[in-house]
Amino acid sequence: MATAYTPGLQVTDCMRYRARRVLPIAGDVLVAVGDRVGARDVVAKTELPGDATPINLANQLSLMPADVPECMLKQEGDRVEVGDVLARTKGIFGMFKAEYVSKVSGVIESVSHVTGQVIIRGESIPVEVRAFAAGEVVEVMPGEGVIVEADVSFVQGIFGIGGEAFGPIVMACQDHTQEFSADLIRDDMRGAIVIGGARMPGETIRRAIDFGVAAVISGGMDDSDLKDVLGYDLGVAVTGTERIGITVIITEGFGEIAMAQKTFALLASRAGAEAAVNGATQIRAGVLRPEIVIPVDAGTTDTSTHASTGTHIASVLEPGTSVRIIRDPYFGVIGTVAGLPSEPMVLGSGSKARVLEVACESGEKLTVPRANVEIIGG
Amino acid sequence: MTTLNPDQINVILATDCGSTTTKAILIEKIDGQYRQTHRGEAPTTVEQPVADVTAGVINAATEVGELAGRRLVNEQGQIIRPAKPASGGQPPEGCDIYISTSSAGGGLQMLVTGVVREMTAASAKRAALGAGAIVMDTIASNDRRKPHEQIQRIRELRPDMILMSGGTDGGTIEHVVEIAELIAPAKPQPRFGTGYRMPVIYAGNKEAAKFVAETFDDSVDLTVVENIRPVLERENLGPARDQIHDVFLEHVMAHAPGYDKLIDWTDAPIMPTPGAVGDILQQIAKARGINVVGVDIGGATTDVFSVFDGPEGEPVFNRTVSANLGMSYSISNVCAEAGMPSVLRWVHFDMDERELRNRVKNKMIRPTTIPQTLEALVFEQAVSREALRLAYIQHREFATTLKGVQQQRTVGDTFSQQKSGQSIVDNMKLDLLVASGGVLSHAPRMEQTASMLIDAFEPEGVTELAKDSIFMMPHLGVLASVHSRAALEVFEKDCLIYLGTCVAAKGRTKPGKQCFSYEISGSTLNERGEMSFGDVRLFPLGLGETARITVEPARGFDVGGGPGKRVEREVRGGTVGLILDARGRPLILPEDRAECRRTVKEWSESLRLYEGSGSPRRR
Repeated sequence: MATAYTPGLQVTDCMRYRARRVLPIAGDVLVAVGDRVGARDVVAKTELPGDATPINLANQLSLMPADVPECMLKQEGDRVEVGDVLARTKGIFGMFKAEYVSKVSGVIESVSHVTGQVIIRGESIPVEVRAFAAGEVVEVMPGEGVIVEADVSFVQGIFGIGGEAFGPIVMACQDHTQEFSADLIRDDMRGAIVIGGARMPGETIRRAIDFGVAAVISGGMDDSDLKDVLGYDLGVAVTGTERIGITVIITEGFGEIAMAQKTFALLASRAGAEAAVNGATQIRAGVLRPEIVIPVDAGTTDTSTHASTGTHIASVLEPGTSVRIIRDPYFGVIGTVAGLPSEPMVLGSGSKARVLEVACESGEKLTVPRANVEIIGG
Repeated sequence: MTTLNPDQINVILATDCGSTTTKAILIEKIDGQYRQTHRGEAPTTVEQPVADVTAGVINAATEVGELAGRRLVNEQGQIIRPAKPASGGQPPEGCDIYISTSSAGGGLQMLVTGVVREMTAASAKRAALGAGAIVMDTIASNDRRKPHEQIQRIRELRPDMILMSGGTDGGTIEHVVEIAELIAPAKPQPRFGTGYRMPVIYAGNKEAAKFVAETFDDSVDLTVVENIRPVLERENLGPARDQIHDVFLEHVMAHAPGYDKLIDWTDAPIMPTPGAVGDILQQIAKARGINVVGVDIGGATTDVFSVFDGPEGEPVFNRTVSANLGMSYSISNVCAEAGMPSVLRWVHFDMDERELRNRVKNKMIRPTTIPQTLEALVFEQAVSREALRLAYIQHREFATTLKGVQQQRTVGDTFSQQKSGQSIVDNMKLDLLVASGGVLSHAPRMEQTASMLIDAFEPEGVTELAKDSIFMMPHLGVLASVHSRAALEVFEKDCLIYLGTCVAAKGRTKPGKQCFSYEISGSTLNERGEMSFGDVRLFPLGLGETARITVEPARGFDVGGGPGKRVEREVRGGTVGLILDARGRPLILPEDRAECRRTVKEWSESLRLYEGSGSPRRR
């Protein structure tokens, strides 16, 4: 029987998760191999050079650039505070001296005799990297960061906005097909990772922000709601840096779509557990999907068969495999592969493509391009 | 790298390592002519778990070898050279040269700087784009950002390299050094690897070079080349472009997984894919003495290439990359930039906007899906028209005569005065429009490809339309650098599939009024008639066939001879045929939605765009 490969999102109750946590520039690693760390523990930190402010003193003091260095009252490496006199001209016969008073504080980095420009470097910006997954440090990259491994329940979403967030899992919907309406957000959900079911309207997200919810996760949402929440129309799926006061993850796609039952059941089974989520999505080369990471107590589950790095995987598509159709006109329909005809077929669009037959839960049998399904489950 | 006599090159293997797929083609000399004979592809292996680009190359080469019945890869996983004929019951093996292009890992990403945005910075941008780079940003003294904002921006970017320009030779030093003083404190980090210094190429005022060098510390690797704009009236892009290619190989490629091996394997320097496409288009324009526009629409970006006669009559090459106009990753951005009403005007039936918006986003997050229904196909092709239209607008605005050039005028120029900085892209002078990229190359009917090209680019006068059969232009571009005859022969015979010719009148009038009359005579096609304004008509004229057409435009319309002037030309047929387009230029669709739908439906029927499409069936 024919088989094919197709990408799928990972949903697994227990696997070995490997988190690579690195600094943007070289810095200090604060933990050692073998250390146990919590998700919110800082494992590495550094300081980014502060903002550089250029000041053209030649223009400000009406000097030739070459004359600027000798008019400087502070030299390279000196500290400057707001209000300090940075430079003073010699004036005419000692009279009519002009001076420049600094409007910024920092350290003088350079004084140019070619342009008459002075660069003042502001306070450095501290950067901390947290462990993200509660587990064990298995590798230290000196000056760069660490690798943390943990046994976790793991769910990949399809799309998200907002960065890393932490909190306990709280279920808002009763089942995976229930709309995640705004009235399901309660006051006691502050700081929690709240799980919905089907479509999540924009009103729900706004209410969750008002209530201080850390993250909301549901099956789908409308693009128009995403636009409202963000304040702009998202052009490309490169996200994670949004500052909207919450992390939002959808597990299935845009529109009226329920969360996959397996995903919902897994999250429900971990209700109350501390989780870490990240909405960062990058759909380009080196695809990055949002993640929901829920540590599993060591020793409670056999993880030997679930060794995985938590990345996007490809799986074999064969008769009996559970799939979701991910393109109109059957978007969201779930079923199992009933056949994989080897000959390409002409589609309604007129294109010729390799197809598969899907036996739907409703009993209907659909023929769709192989490119338009994804494997569900882990 | 070996040096071979071109006459002794009989078998050529070429690969293009893309972000997702490595495509290999085999070119063989058959009866004294170079022909592309087989092709194969395999997933690119730059990323984990393989992290070695040569694995994908070997897989693609093995597939080509199996199809060709020629052993191309030996037991050690290396490409066999030179080519040997079959002997002793053994199949033929090897190739005489192996060449490659690459856009894996996001291609070549650059930051460019100059003093004046429209002058030296524009020249630097042209050099970078011509070399095949994506320009992440252009920093200039007059780019309306404050210096601290410019420094912040440089800090945020992680380019592969920086190209600095500024000042004519003997001109400003101060402004050039000021730009260096923005880069130095920003301490830009290279995109790949932490172990090497940011490459900076300086191609500005030669007298400022030593001051620029003094500004940088050892965190950058500075090289100085000839000024990109030695005088305002002339660009000198060659040295900067060559240096970009060298740095690309020495720094960027050398730090990408497996490229050190690939560089050793190839018989010509690895080129960035778009740079190679630009090279082959320039070669073809030069060889045929024509003006050419090429377009490659991908999932994330759209590249437009053009070769047009410059002000002095010399061919001028331009390339633009529209970074966020594409058909999958960037489809949502196309809809946002163009606006949904602009996309929907090309759709001849009603669609629910809320559902469409969700569909667009679903395509963005699952970019590999394909349209199953006719409705979905029509919508995607509508999006492509807008993506191509926007990309071409950007290209026309970029491809200009040099700005800031003082012009000497005589009394005779009084009525034809042209400012510097005019676009050199003139659709009336366009001879050949070449399409590539999934939505154009894989359209179920080639009539759809032709229609998308005409609607988006609005060619005027007589224009041949073609498509790149299997996106072979990158391979041929790099081949042109070592064997231009082979590259040109394969380009003409195997690379291009001619769709036909479009004859379009420039001008506008009321619908139904006469636009032009025509007479076509050929061995298979003899027609005469009149075209009313708003009409578009398709005539059968097959591949390899030609016909003579005489067009008599109505007053105010121009088909290349001037307003109202008769034009007589030989036209080339193709897989689509001859298209007479009297819809006017600029092409304006009715504002009323119902009327627009009716009009677009008539056009699609005239061009037989969706004939035979319907419910799914097995062929």
